[in-house]
Order: sequence, then C-alpha cells, then structure tokens
Amino acid sequence: MRPRSLVFWAGVVSLLALLVSLSIATAATNRSSRATASYPAPPVPGAAAIKAKYGGQSITFVGDSVGGGHQRDLALAKKFSQQTGIKVNVVPHPAASDASYSQLARAFSTHSSSIDVAMIDVVWPGAFAPFLVDLKPKLGAQSKIHAPGIVASDTVGGKLVAMPWFGDFGMLYYRTDLLKKYGYSAPPTTWTQLFAMAKKIQDGEKATSPNFSGFVFQGNAYEGLTCDSLEWIASSGGGHFIDNGKATINNARAAAVLDLFRKNIGVTTPRGVTTYQEGETHTAFIDGDAAFMRNWPYAYSLAQAAGSKVAGKFAVAPLPHGSGGGSVATVGGWQLAVSKYSKHPDASIEFVRYMTSKPVEKFDTITNSNVPTIPSLARDPAVKKVAPYLTPATANVPRATRPSTVLGSKYNEGSKDIYQAISRILNGSPASSVLPGLQSQLQGLLKK
Amino acid sequence: MASVATPAQPRRRSRRTKLARRQTRLAWLLLVPSLAVVALVALYPLGKTVFQSFTDQEFLALEPTKWVGFDNYTQLFHDSLFRHSIWTTIKFSAITVAFEFALGLAIALVVNSNFKGRGMMRAVMLVPWAIPTVVAAQMWKWMLDDTFGVINDLGVRLHVLSHSHAWIADPSTSLAAVCAVDIWKTTPFVALLLLAGLQVIPQDLYEAARVDGANVLQQFWKITFPLLKPAILVTLIFRTLDALRVFDVFYVFFGNRPDTQTMAIYAQSTIVGDGHVGYGAAVSVVIFLIIAIFVVIYMTLNRLSGEET
Repeated sequence: MRPRSLVFWAGVVSLLALLVSLSIATAATNRSSRATASYPAPPVPGAAAIKAKYGGQSITFVGDSVGGGHQRDLALAKKFSQQTGIKVNVVPHPAASDASYSQLARAFSTHSSSIDVAMIDVVWPGAFAPFLVDLKPKLGAQSKIHAPGIVASDTVGGKLVAMPWFGDFGMLYYRTDLLKKYGYSAPPTTWTQLFAMAKKIQDGEKATSPNFSGFVFQGNAYEGLTCDSLEWIASSGGGHFIDNGKATINNARAAAVLDLFRKNIGVTTPRGVTTYQEGETHTAFIDGDAAFMRNWPYAYSLAQAAGSKVAGKFAVAPLPHGSGGGSVATVGGWQLAVSKYSKHPDASIEFVRYMTSKPVEKFDTITNSNVPTIPSLARDPAVKKVAPYLTPATANVPRATRPSTVLGSKYNEGSKDIYQAISRILNGSPASSVLPGLQSQLQGLLKK
Repeated sequence: MASVATPAQPRRRSRRTKLARRQTRLAWLLLVPSLAVVALVALYPLGKTVFQSFTDQEFLALEPTKWVGFDNYTQLFHDSLFRHSIWTTIKFSAITVAFEFALGLAIALVVNSNFKGRGMMRAVMLVPWAIPTVVAAQMWKWMLDDTFGVINDLGVRLHVLSHSHAWIADPSTSLAAVCAVDIWKTTPFVALLLLAGLQVIPQDLYEAARVDGANVLQQFWKITFPLLKPAILVTLIFRTLDALRVFDVFYVFFGNRPDTQTMAIYAQSTIVGDGHVGYGAAVSVVIFLIIAIFVVIYMTLNRLSGEET
C-alpha cells in the first residue's frame, strides 16, 4: 500500500466515524430543543448591586438534562451572566438521577470545588446535608413563598440546605381522540381498567400502525422505576417499601400489582419498555405510538409543542389505582443547593436566589411545564392557561414518598435494591420469588 | 528486565570484573525511571485497592474508616449478584473472543491477498473500530429497539422476522445482542493484529510449498498457522483481557439491570452508586485475580508453544 493512500483512507475513516458520532449526538439532543420559547427570561432583581460585589466571578452549575430543562438553564444563566457579570458555566447532569447522585457524591467526598451550584433530588437533602451551605441566613426570607412541606424536607438539622426549585409528580397522560374512537368516555381509574383499555386500543391501532402500544412508563432499572413502582404498590394498598421503620414490601397486594404489570410487559406495553427512561417514554407518546403514558409534568409542554403528533389530542388524569387503594403520585422535584467546597459561595447563592424566585418559576412553568414550588403561581391566570395539570383534580392527588428519610445516606443503595428487584419481576420472575429477598435487603439497610 | 539481570548471575559472581559491576550499576540506574513510573501508575493503585479492601471505607461517611480484616471477602463469597456477574462476563468473553477470532482471521486472510482496492478495503474495515464504543452502543441500542429500531423494521419487511423483537430488553436475547455489537466493533481490531502477523510470513515459503505441490489448505495448516501462532496468542490475550473488563456496551445497553451486570459494572455500581469503597475494592481485587488466572493460562500456553518450535 502506498503511504499516501493509507493516510487518505485513514482520513476518510476518521471522518466517517466523526460524522456518525455527531449525528448520534444531535439525534439525542434535537428532542429537547423544542421547548425554547418566545417567553423571555425574567430580569435579575438588584443586578447592579450583585455586579458590584461579585461581578467577574465564575461559577459552575450542574443542572437539568431532561426534556427542555437544559435549554431553560442556558437561557436563565445567560440572562443572569449578562446582568450580574457572574459567569455561569452550565453543565447538564446525567439524565438518570441515581447516576447524577453518584456524580455529586464523588465530588463531595473529594471536597471538590468544581461544582458550585447543583440541582438535587427531593430525596437527597438528608444524604448531602453535611456538604451543603446553610442558605437560611441569605435566602430564609425567600423560602417563605415556597410550599412549606418542601422547605421542611430541604431543612436538615435546622439548616436550609437547599431551595425548592420545581416540583414533580407522576400522572397519567392519555389520548383523548383514541379513547373516543374506542368508545371510552373517561380515562381508567384502576390498573386493570388501564390494561384492558390499552389492549383494546392497541389491538385496533396495530392494524395501521405496527409500532403502536397501549401503555408506556419508565421500566428501565434505574431511579425512575423506583418512583413508578411505588405508585403501583402504594395505590394498591401495598405500602411504601418501608413503613414505620420496617421493610414491608413482601406483601400480597404488592405482589399482585407487580405480577399484573409483569404479565402486561410485551402484551399491552412494548417489550422494550423495560429499557425505557423518561426520554424513550415521551418519545413513544409524542410520536403517537402509545395510548397511555405515565410521566412527570415536564412532558406536557413537549407533547403540546410544534412537531408533536399528539398536540391537542391528549389530556392528563390521576394515575389509576389497585383494588385495595386509591390513586397516588410519587413525589419528585428538584432543589438547588450550594456546595460547601465552592470557592464563590456568595455569587452562587445570588444565582440560587434568582433561579428560585417567583418570576423564574413562572417562566419555567410556562415554557417547560414544570410544577412550581410556589403555591400562589398555580392561581396565576397565565400559568393556569398552559398548565391544566395544576388543576386540583390532578395536582391534589395524595403523594407517595420514597423511603429517603428513613434510609438517609443509604437511600441510593436501597433504591437500587428496589429497582433491580422490580426489574427482575418485569423481566419475568414472579413477584413471590423476588419480594422476600428485597424485603430482607431493605431490612438489612435499616439495621446498618 | 530479564536480559539486563543476566550479568549478575551467581555462578559468575566470583569472576565478575570491575567493568561488569559498573555496567550492572549503570543498568539499574537507567532502569530506575521506568521502575518508578510502573510503581506510581500500577503498583501504588493496586496496593491501595488491596489495602482499601480490608477497610469499611464509604463515600459520604462521617465516621472514620475502620480496618475490618477479611469481612468484605467473606461477604463477597455469599454475594450471588457478584457470582452472577462473573458468570455473565465469562460467557460474554468466551462467545465474543471465539467469534472475533474466527471472523478476524478470515478477514485478515482476505485483505492479505492481492486484489484491486485492497488499500481501501483495509481502511474501510476499521470503521466500526474507529467509532467510540459508547456512541456505537447507543446507535445499536436504537437500531435494535422493538418499536422504532431499523433492524426489526428491515427484518419484518424482508420476512426474516415474524414480528418486532425486543433484542435488548428480552433476557433470552440480551446477551446475544450485546455480544453481536462487540463482535461487530472489535473484529476489525483482531483482523488488524492478525494481518500484521500475516505480513511478516515470507512469501518464498509459499512458493516452495507450491513447487512441492501443496494445496491451499495444506499451505494454511503447515505454513500460515504455525508461523501465525505468536500473533494469534497476542491477539487472544489482548481480546480476552479486554472482554473480561467490559463495561461500556453493557452500561449503555442495560444500565444497572441486575441480570446483565458484568464484573466491572458490579464494581462500579458498588463503589460509585452505593458508595461502598471498601467492599468495592474487595470486588476489584477479586476481578484482578480472575483476570490474572487468564493471564497465567495464556502465558503458560505461550511458553509451551515457544518450546515446541
């Protein structure tokens, strides 16, 4: 082989490889660029004073990556930087929240100053409190406009370790046009009904659209499955994995609803639903390939946006329940916290002050369909218009809480035990063969 | 290192000249930088991991770390998830190395022969290997999806498949799917290593064989295969050790799914996910020992085949 031709072909190969990599990267992000809105990012109050004190400092914000979250973070950080002169470097966190927990745990355990502000899940303040700045002296007043329940869970040992940013709860998205077409006047209220309706609609639609399936949810082995399965179990009277300091998951009601889901995998759901995280779930629904979807409110704006095949053809309702219980929704939600190892804690706190202010939460709710943590925003006419999921019927469903308080810094491991066990069930093992093991794993964590 | 140590053999010590002693000293002096680097990047982390495996070190722990002796190892002995991950990894390694070797050898033999466009062929065959593993894995994950994957679509259209199949999600095909992707990706690397081995075999041996009337198969078994043996061994060592450490394809495909964890994923999720640094270190030490067993097997094979020739 002549040397020149070798170099030439090696070049062609690398170029091809680069093209493939880039196209994969853009394919992964194009879905999330939809939510960029004409609604402008709100101005920063007192920007001049902040600029005088902290202008020129540079902070790193580990922010959102799901749905339009990263676009929102970029828009807000840009506004904040322009007005205060504090440079904000926005880094999206891993989409699976257990992976992003590990990222922060690693940074905190090495006392790294590479992260200044981080978004933390509602279940983490207990584990991370020793590594976070007490925000009470500077943001205590602002915290009073937020929902007291969330502020309480962000307060650990009297310290306000995080500020509420946006809330989350699970809900059922359903196709209004398809329900009508198949003769249903209302969304399902029990899981059995849901699967029966999903089956009928799927059987009818499969003829014209072979990829159609009845129901999609987050079935991958990750934190999302802990959230989803908590809803199935708690709404069937099967408890919350751990109740009153004791592991309770090994019970007949939990087993019954888990087996119901197991039997529906690949029947009324895609077989691949056991690999779905939020992104795959909303993609299936937005592309018109599913009749029902369990997801968080963020998906609402994506499904209404231009390019969605289901815009105007869907609605939301509380999640169904089992025979021995009532509808519940897993509490999710994200907080902003400042790392104790930050080199610029004051500039970071100013950024958190802006990000958790009322105008920014309104911006986020309207452009990104997140749930505001400021209750008065739910009554705002502009918010009401775009966020029907904030109506009392959907939003006031009883909440189910993951066992984070009782597990503390063992929560991540406990949640892994939970979602791995549920994943085994969804992939074919009967619940009765899995739940006793999970029960003793969780009991073991409680003892340690 | 072995060749440098030769002058210092004991039976020669009495007759060792001043010059020889000086040379030995110089040799050691010249070796110091590389020994220091090896100690820093290999021995220190290894030693530290072994040390940590006897402690209860945790991420985010507020209490100080304690020495726990062999506790981690006794616990590991009863850890069925870890045993399952060893088994998964070994199955994966055996399947992929076998296929990659067979296909790689075939490809190497083809591109070693003379034909038009050989240069282009040699470059093009490297494309899968040039794509970063995580990117390739994500691409295949989408292509193998049961609702929007192109593989199922093509299969159904061409009537190869009766219906769309969830290759990755279904436990009965998930290992096959991940093996196929690894084979697709790494066969070019095997072919490249074997091609290098083929190119050093002198052509006149084949000419002589042809003159003696040997057919193509005889040429392969009597000339190509014996002379290619060293390259084959190196390739198999490389691939086996790589396969035993596999992480990325499995992680992209399955995340933390319990039935498809490899040893490396188990170690990662124990240390980074659960924060059990001490226990995870014990897992890492056991992985190290398992890989060491394979190295010893291959080294022995290598020595035996060296004595043969």
